[in-house]
Amino acid sequence: MGKTFKRPEALTETDTHYCPGCTHGIIHRLVAETIDELGILGKTVGIAPVGCAVLAYNYFNCDFQEAAHGRAPAMATGIKRVRPDLMVFTYQGDGDLASIGMGEIIHAANRGEKFTTIFVNNAIYGMTGGQMAPTTMPDQRTTTSPFGRNVEDVGMPIKVAELLAALQTPAYITRQTVIKPKYINKAKKAIKQAFTYQLEKKCFSLVEVVSTCPTNWGMTPLDAIEWTEKTLLEYYKLGDYKIPA
Amino acid sequence: MQSEVMFAGFGGQGILVMGKILAHAAMEEKYEVAWVPSYGPEMRGGTAYCTVVIADHPIGSPIIKNPKHLVAMNGPSLEKFAPTVKKGGVIFINRSLISFGANRDDVDELAVKIMEIAKDLGSVKAANIVALSAFVARSGIVSMEALKHCIKEEFSNKPKLIPLNMEAVVAGEKAGKK
Amino acid sequence: MPKVLMKGNEAIGEAAIRAGCLNYFAYPITPQSEVAEYLVRRMPEVGGVFLQGESEVAVGYMLFGAAGAGARVFTTSSSPGISLMSEAISYIAGAQCPAVFVNIVRGGPGLGGILPSQGDYFQATKGIGHGDCRMLVMAPASVQEAVEMVMKAFPLAEKYRNPVMVLGDGLIGQMMEPVEFPDHLKSEPTNKDAWSTNGMDHRNSKKRNIVKSLFLDPALLNDNNLQLKAKYDQMRSDEVMFEAYNTDSEYKGLVVSFGTMSRVCRTAIDLMKADGIEIAMIRPKTLFPFPEKAVADASKKPTCTHIISVEMNMGQMVEDVDLSVKGHLPVSWYGKCGGEIPTPEEIIDVVKSRIA
Repeated sequence: MGKTFKRPEALTETDTHYCPGCTHGIIHRLVAETIDELGILGKTVGIAPVGCAVLAYNYFNCDFQEAAHGRAPAMATGIKRVRPDLMVFTYQGDGDLASIGMGEIIHAANRGEKFTTIFVNNAIYGMTGGQMAPTTMPDQRTTTSPFGRNVEDVGMPIKVAELLAALQTPAYITRQTVIKPKYINKAKKAIKQAFTYQLEKKCFSLVEVVSTCPTNWGMTPLDAIEWTEKTLLEYYKLGDYKIPA
Repeated sequence: MQSEVMFAGFGGQGILVMGKILAHAAMEEKYEVAWVPSYGPEMRGGTAYCTVVIADHPIGSPIIKNPKHLVAMNGPSLEKFAPTVKKGGVIFINRSLISFGANRDDVDELAVKIMEIAKDLGSVKAANIVALSAFVARSGIVSMEALKHCIKEEFSNKPKLIPLNMEAVVAGEKAGKK
Repeated sequence: MPKVLMKGNEAIGEAAIRAGCLNYFAYPITPQSEVAEYLVRRMPEVGGVFLQGESEVAVGYMLFGAAGAGARVFTTSSSPGISLMSEAISYIAGAQCPAVFVNIVRGGPGLGGILPSQGDYFQATKGIGHGDCRMLVMAPASVQEAVEMVMKAFPLAEKYRNPVMVLGDGLIGQMMEPVEFPDHLKSEPTNKDAWSTNGMDHRNSKKRNIVKSLFLDPALLNDNNLQLKAKYDQMRSDEVMFEAYNTDSEYKGLVVSFGTMSRVCRTAIDLMKADGIEIAMIRPKTLFPFPEKAVADASKKPTCTHIISVEMNMGQMVEDVDLSVKGHLPVSWYGKCGGEIPTPEEIIDVVKSRIA
């Protein structure tokens, strides 16, 4: 009987630093499987964000650059423009992409830069210790919204997929999650589709992945999954928001 | 040897181009040259001026307070800059727009109705070339041959305009000669 | 190649192409937007990359990405724009990537003005970004020298794997002067396989490269910064450039001045010489590394009584002059800013009064 399960070649053997119940590990694996299946490891460059995935370069087996907070799309633009033959992906969290890096992601998407963004949205700042993010839910408690997010004061959570889908430039924009196996298969398909569009030099592609943060949410991993399904997925609806013609 | 020419007038009168053509001609005659524009908000619709420095040695300061010569294309420029011109220099006056003089008795004043001349040639747009040619003919700062060559180069991507501008050189030279 | 009459900004764009740099990212700002206006037409002719970014912040990181992937890359901006790029410059220095920045300086602080200034001396030489980062900084005094320095900047950036800046001013950018370009393009970029993210297939290797400035282990960060320091020390010993003017005379005073300002000083020195007053000048061509030894040596002329740093700012380089002279002669500053450029006559008055 042949081997039915192994670590993707695109992942290193390094143990990750992610917390128990965090979904980064699953998302890393889906990206790595995609790289393996498309046979692009030798021409892929990843861009790590500032956030929990700041050390992603330790876990992927391809070339990597480490960006400043929010600037990964500008770096990906630089790489892709001078080396269109390379496969480039950014891996960004909600603080990185939707707060400090909002300008960079909108303009990269609007120019139709032919790279792929994996946008991990867990509605909180993880690495800095659980502060409010632009995607934090109304009344959600964080260390900088200790009485719950007051939307009168700081506005409503930003729906990134919808916002980017409103741009007129063709793109592939989708929202997925990986909290249960039934979602994981769809997410994998979406990530592979995003990389495939890049491989075909077709368009900008972004996969928003609704994720958990049990540590900073103050929940058990199982409660976190339940809260994600009940609360986050109600607001952040899954599905394709834009598909190139 | 060093001489400096200030070109001044309204934006749109071709001030910067006059300076550029003169600088080019001086370069062709193996002089050291520097062309220094005014830039910024004043280049948008207001006054425009530039200075061309021509020398037989490396040019030090390109910022000139007292130019040797002045080409004044409108009244405010003449009023403002005529007092700064060095003794013995040429002050060219666009007589089509300026009714008064430089009010100096130690300079060589040359006033020409450049716009009327240019209109007679076929287009008032050539007025700056008439002015430049008259000034060059009077000051002798570069040869008329070098000037013609550089005007042709300037219009090399609009060859249809070259004959008109060559006529403007001839008319300007005639008006400028003593 | 024959001389051509060219605006400084356009000549800078052409110089980069002649140096083999075919990748340009930029954001418009006065007084240097002509570089982009020139290169948007020129880059396609040579198969190069031109992109107008959404901000100077983004442009800084476009450079970082491109440089990290092994490309020869540059941008041009002016003071407020350079402030926005300074974040990226720190990252680029920390990650040891080569990139070239041209700053056509305008008056500050804040929006300041758009006329020539040398107010970014401190920023360029000492405060370009957070952390222990420095840039090699060259300051041209003519359009021709701007061309030469831009062409020199790329090999220097690659030699040191560090940002290099050409610090001009509004006048250098806007002025037209005759320039001569070398006939041949420089050779291909140096081999970057050892460190750049140019793709494992591209370099035929199974070993991945990581371009980063993050070193969470204090010992590793210390090691990285020691490497940076070693580079800066090597720049200090190997890359100093300056011009000595009238230093063979029995001068009574020494002027230190760079860029556009040094041209005005040269005229003042010539006029004083004709009047029987000998004044010498040291013109730093590299601002970092600063020509400390040249200034110190020139200050030791027995006839010299005073040293004046003449700048288009409120007194910045004067601190480096002071450090070089080490207190054995009085050092003072003279200057103006905001687009006011001291005239030769003014400088003559100041020099005469201070050497008296």
